[in-house]
Amino acid sequence: MTGAGVVLLTTFLASAVEAIEMVIIVLGVGAARGWRSALMGAAAGFAVLAVVIAVLNVALAAVPIGPLRAVVGTLLVLFGLQWYRKGIARVAARGLAGMSEEAVEEDDIPASGMDWVAFVLSFKGVLLEGLEIALIVVSFGLAAGQIGLSIVGAVAAVVVIGAVGFALKGIVTRIPRSLLQLVVGTLLTSFGTFWSLEGLGVTWPQSDLDIVALLAVYGLVAAAYIALERRRIHQATPAVA
Amino acid sequence: MGAARFLYGFVVGDDWTVAVAMVLALGVTGVLAADHISAVWLVPLVAIFMTGVSLRRSTRKRRATG
Repeated sequence: MTGAGVVLLTTFLASAVEAIEMVIIVLGVGAARGWRSALMGAAAGFAVLAVVIAVLNVALAAVPIGPLRAVVGTLLVLFGLQWYRKGIARVAARGLAGMSEEAVEEDDIPASGMDWVAFVLSFKGVLLEGLEIALIVVSFGLAAGQIGLSIVGAVAAVVVIGAVGFALKGIVTRIPRSLLQLVVGTLLTSFGTFWSLEGLGVTWPQSDLDIVALLAVYGLVAAAYIALERRRIHQATPAVA
Repeated sequence: MGAARFLYGFVVGDDWTVAVAMVLALGVTGVLAADHISAVWLVPLVAIFMTGVSLRRSTRKRRATG
């Protein structure tokens, strides 16, 4: 394998990891709250990213990614926990069925116009992950003296992962709302926990693999709370004679 | 005013105690990290604990209002 091949493959794989996180957020938010606002938020994120990259160029390395991760991660974990709790309560109450009309009215999703929650979540996800991809390109590309190839590898990763995400859109949309809210809440809480602590200077033992560990822990805890809530609901419901 | 309401709903939501507890946990973790003490377990633990507290409070409120 040539030096060029190594640069291409390494930046592709490293960028793919960040692109997967980006696409998961946009996919989850779009399925849970509506595609129009989520995709507009993602587009806005890419637009801001393009401007930042064009202006800063290789000086991107000076972007304070740590504080940015801490802020974005904190906002994500705070919002994610809201969906996590609501998802647990709704799955406990309604099982895996779709949400009823009553439940839909409780949500703050606007019937028309921009859903700013979906917009902001997608925007943040794309901007932060996009900046991390840009940093991979700059740092690895400069070190290897192959900035052009690094850019190709990174763009290819975003396109490939984006295409896979687009292909999965139909499947994700068919997931029942209550379960989707729980799954997306778990994802946002896990990503938010990881990024906020990383931004605060905490070193995760297994690096990005710890996101998987967080997903597993939060997922298992959700299952336990659902079982507990179902028992409480069952005990509170008078038996039919 | 609309922006402030949006931000409050986005960050705090329907249970301010969870938001406050999480911000405190993040703050403590940050301070420990500055002293090179890793406390990766604190924020997830507080998140899990406060989720349970919030769920229990919601259930009690629902029972009280019928």
